[in-house]
Amino acid sequence: MEDSIIKVTVIDREGVAHELEAPTDMNMNMMEVCKSYELPVEGTCGGMAMCASCHMYVESETELPEKSEDEEDMLDEAFFVDDEKSRLGCQLHITPELDNLVVKLAPVG
Amino acid sequence: MIETDILIIGAGPTGLFTVFEAGLLKLKCHLIDSLPQAGGQCSEIYPKKPIYDIPAYPEILAGDLTDKLMEQIEPFKPGFTLGESAVTIDKQEDGSFIVTTNRGTKHKAPIVAIAGGLGVFEPRKPPIENLSEFEDKGVEYIIKDPEFYRGKDVVISGGGDSALDWAYFLANGVAKNVALVHRRNSFRGHLDSVQKVMDMAENGKLNLITEAEVVGVSGNGVLNEVLVKHKTQGEIKMATNHWVPLFGLSPKLGPIADWGLNISKNSIEVDTFDYSTNIDGIYAIGDVNTYPGKLKLILCGFHEATLMVQSAFAKIHPDKKNVLKYTTVNGVNGF
Repeated sequence: MEDSIIKVTVIDREGVAHELEAPTDMNMNMMEVCKSYELPVEGTCGGMAMCASCHMYVESETELPEKSEDEEDMLDEAFFVDDEKSRLGCQLHITPELDNLVVKLAPVG
Repeated sequence: MIETDILIIGAGPTGLFTVFEAGLLKLKCHLIDSLPQAGGQCSEIYPKKPIYDIPAYPEILAGDLTDKLMEQIEPFKPGFTLGESAVTIDKQEDGSFIVTTNRGTKHKAPIVAIAGGLGVFEPRKPPIENLSEFEDKGVEYIIKDPEFYRGKDVVISGGGDSALDWAYFLANGVAKNVALVHRRNSFRGHLDSVQKVMDMAENGKLNLITEAEVVGVSGNGVLNEVLVKHKTQGEIKMATNHWVPLFGLSPKLGPIADWGLNISKNSIEVDTFDYSTNIDGIYAIGDVNTYPGKLKLILCGFHEATLMVQSAFAKIHPDKKNVLKYTTVNGVNGF
């Protein structure tokens, strides 16, 4: 069972780093992980890549799946976008490959 | 003055279903919503997206859920004040409340049920420092009357349907010149909207500036110029008196936060016995409330609404015994 838990770090908007454990077998994403730890991520649209309220910056070198067209389009409507680092948390699915991922929450636009 | 039994603030799924449960107990409802249509997030943000956790519907589009709720509550003839947001609440001597909207519409009811979801949808504003100086002085977040732009130079920002549709509309003989500024080469809008705008740009009827964003505004009292930052060409100054940034809407709890309700984590604290707030006669149901174990799900909102109207009934009719109606016995009898 140990194998199904990965560690991720979320840096909040005050700069505080939160080390979180996330299960890989629950079909979760980073937006949901942040919400379940009560970190200030809104997730207004419920994870459909339609609101950009879970916009976060990937700070680690973790290899991530490519952005979908929906995610790209939604990030286009977001503010404070960093072309290299910006992702929508709801589109980052918790898989073993995400172990040791470090993300930083984007400012609220 | 609009008078009703239960004044519901927010016409999302929870607010709409409240009308049904209240109607079974012969209580009339009126709903206020800042959006121009009922349905809340379901109709505003994702009408075409499927929802999978509504009991008995393995899959239902958010827009269809709204339509079905409207159909379900139709027998109870709810009233609607749409396109207006509830701003103030005043408790009367008789214990009832008067809620006034931003347009001054007054509503009176003995019970107020806040089903406001994440709050009032407000236009998302680009992070430009001095932007507020030019609001309504050249910077408009909503196009209320396209005629306002007749014969003028307009810059529009955004890549969604509203940006595309307005750019197309205004460039079609209304405004003198229209520029559409967007961060990327592709657009989020419907394919035909995108195509129409592309065609216009090709015919020189619209100035399409992609891979660019407006990063600054300036002027003397009114907007004179926007600063456009292009990915490869650097910064370009564009003279214009009108900039319309269309980046969608995001919800804010808004004036309700100042009604004296106990609030934590941007949500209203309630007693899970009947979803009452700290103010007698005001309830909070659905995504807007919080309590230990709270889950922000539509189906939880339905449950909360159902229990809430029982308590509301007891308050409105203290002399009557609580009633529980099974729709299986007599069906639904409207007003």
